[in-house]
Amino acid sequence: MVSAVPLLEINGLRTYFYTLRGIVKAVDNVSLKLEKGETLGIVGESGCGKSTLAWSIIGLVPPPGKIVDGSIIIDGIDITKMSEGEIREKIRWKKVSMIFQGAMNALNPVYKIREQVAEPMILAGYSEHEAYKRVDELLEAVGLTPAVGDRYPHELSGGMKQRVVIAMALTLEPDLVIADEPTTALDVVVQAQILNLLKELQRKKKRSIIIISHDLGAVTELAEKIAVMYAGKIVEFGTAEQVFNNPLHPYTQALIRAIPRLTGPVTKLEYIPGAPPDLRFPPPGCRFAPRCSKVMDICHKEEPPMKELEKGHFVACHLYD
Amino acid sequence: MRGESIVYSMEIGEKILEVKDLKVWFPVSQSFIDNLRGKAKLFVHAVDGVSFEVHEKETFCLVGESGCGKTTTGKAILRLVPVTGGSVKFKPSKSVLKDLEERGIEPDSDGTVDLVSVPLKKFKPLRRDLQIVYQDPYGSMNPRYRIRDVIGEAIDVHKAASTREEKEEMIIKVLEKVKLTPATDFIDRYPHQLSGGQRQRVAIARAIILNPRLVIADEPVSMLDVSIRAEILELFNELKKDIGLSYIFITHDLAVARYVCNRIAVMYLGKIVEMGDAREIIADPMHPYTKALVAAIPDPNPENRKKIREVPIIGEVPNAINIPPGCRFHPRCVYYNRAAKGEGDARLAEKCPRDQPPFKEVKPGRRVACWLYE
Ligand SMILES: Nc1ncnc2c1ncn2[C@@H]1O[C@H](COP(=O)(O)OP(=O)(O)OP(=O)(O)O)[C@@H](O)[C@H]1O
Ligand SMILES: Nc1ncnc2c1ncn2[C@@H]1O[C@H](COP(=O)(O)OP(=O)(O)O)[C@@H](O)[C@H]1O
Ligand code: SF4
Ligand code: SF4
Ligand SMILES: [Mg+2]
Ligand SMILES: [Mg+2]
Repeated sequence: MVSAVPLLEINGLRTYFYTLRGIVKAVDNVSLKLEKGETLGIVGESGCGKSTLAWSIIGLVPPPGKIVDGSIIIDGIDITKMSEGEIREKIRWKKVSMIFQGAMNALNPVYKIREQVAEPMILAGYSEHEAYKRVDELLEAVGLTPAVGDRYPHELSGGMKQRVVIAMALTLEPDLVIADEPTTALDVVVQAQILNLLKELQRKKKRSIIIISHDLGAVTELAEKIAVMYAGKIVEFGTAEQVFNNPLHPYTQALIRAIPRLTGPVTKLEYIPGAPPDLRFPPPGCRFAPRCSKVMDICHKEEPPMKELEKGHFVACHLYD
Repeated sequence: MRGESIVYSMEIGEKILEVKDLKVWFPVSQSFIDNLRGKAKLFVHAVDGVSFEVHEKETFCLVGESGCGKTTTGKAILRLVPVTGGSVKFKPSKSVLKDLEERGIEPDSDGTVDLVSVPLKKFKPLRRDLQIVYQDPYGSMNPRYRIRDVIGEAIDVHKAASTREEKEEMIIKVLEKVKLTPATDFIDRYPHQLSGGQRQRVAIARAIILNPRLVIADEPVSMLDVSIRAEILELFNELKKDIGLSYIFITHDLAVARYVCNRIAVMYLGKIVEMGDAREIIADPMHPYTKALVAAIPDPNPENRKKIREVPIIGEVPNAINIPPGCRFHPRCVYYNRAAKGEGDARLAEKCPRDQPPFKEVKPGRRVACWLYE
């Protein structure tokens, strides 16, 4: 059931931040494809460029950041060629929307929830009456009562605020919703509830979701495809089963082993020593080499190319040369 | 290269802390009019009668959702919030005892001091024995301090070194203990020049520099990436073995608790609802609330996406001002709610919203406060 045009196709994307202290290569030659209705998980440690990739897709890379190369094709149109006005008119919130990392803490304290959720609709030309009616539907769709619309952000719990932020991303019925760390900083019970909500939204409307997290546990709750990102690059890509059950890249393997489990022996928890590199000065060759337990000479010299090792399962690592 | 396995130590020593019926109620600010109308004063029942013990070399875990009173319990022990009631008997180290005695505070015959009744003005020596590591490694450090000063501050406050050289040596030693090596590489850096994990190591170094007996670790890994959490958890475990520390470890994640804790107390709205051996509680949770906490944690598996995760709990934590009567968990409890609809144990329908369940030992080493286990 793959349609002719994928919903999203990214080719050779590079998004850099031109800071005073150097160029941060936050997204450095990333390619991805997402079919309609598919859910993709992007996993990797903080600072690996996940949010920057998401900002690129919705055309909101903050300064001093810039897309410097590559294309982002949404429903057949390359948005890197569009003006800001065109993106606003045709793409953002309408085709692609985003639940920003930490957005629940950025709700405007002086406006009622109803006014904040209605705003993008009013900007898009809805009458106030229509917009407010739709707010009630949206609040119910995310498991809140319409009465929540009359409250202010400080009167809501973290979980309720996150639901409001999700409702805001749904206002204009986009085909693709990007959820950037939607459960980070929430309690475990609320995390499960929010992931369930995203699952329902995906199922009911056949909507595509990109879920971004440093926690593979959260990603496997939702994603059919998983992309593992390290230091600005995608190092492994495949179906959730391929990546999780048969991880090929040493980074993916280490991420999986680091998750504390509720069952099984307690003696096996491992960690990845060190930290991701400074993306102004990424190490030569394989960027994971300084932390990799399987590093070889060649790893410090040559960048490993992306290879398809089984159908649909890609990995960039010299172990598979 | 990779982390060695975590081995939590099971050997625990004598009791060093005994918390009894601890209460911390914060008054809710009310309007002048409300007061004129004689409206009853309202309180946030942040900690509402909590009792537990901590032993030497034990990691005692407080788990529960946001707002259940975990942090407030920790802060009350350190006297960082006003204590409303109860006692906290603590066995100080010899040198702290000596300083306390100089200030006119005599220990009880068992060598303990009730932290709650020590006047705050005389509390200072106890801070050498009792330390805290906060959740946020970013927010808990002065950005303009070098690591040397972040860690050295406590040495100055407690006059723990007599010369500059001695102080320097202490700092280097503690940096090595938390594996920030070579220490000379780190000592002159600023917090922003460290990764999150390294900053948390500095926070731990700062907490252990004066050889405390008890460290309260408040969500020390929840802001860190999953990939480096284990590294910090392992450090906690090692320090416990090496320098005989005890911890009160606060977390909302039972999977994390499983790797570091000897015993767990599950808190709900200011009360402990279940307590016992960490791994036994996780393998076989008995209180309906603990069952929900366990069910909420995804064991990562691509199969999970195919079904909605059933978490047997209703809604969210209510505010701690109007505590529900009877069992305070009843509005969220699936057992009670089933009973109330006439589908479950009819006894519960009456009892749960009316009578507070006793905190009973239901099997050796396990206590539960729930009418299901009468
Ligand atoms: N200084 C204060 N004044 C008034 N209420 C307070 C104060 N500190 C905490 N509370 C309230 O006490 C209750 C318990 O808070 P506490 O911070 O101990 O919870 P916690 O279990 O540590 O939660 P979290 O997981 O969010 O850290 C909450 O209802 C909180 O709002
Ligand atoms: N506004 C910005 N200005 C300069 N650098 C930035 C900015 N936003 C992000 N970066 C840098 O880009 C890199 C990737 O960041 P980000 O996309 O936020 O990663 P992730 O979401 O994976 O944590 C990091 O090195 C980060 O410091
Ligand atoms: S290319 Fe080399 S350093 Fe990089 S992940 Fe593979 S083995 Fe490790
Ligand atoms: S006492 Fe009743 S309401 Fe409380 S946890 Fe047990 S069954 Fe549920
Ligand atoms: Mg991010
Ligand atoms: Mg807390």
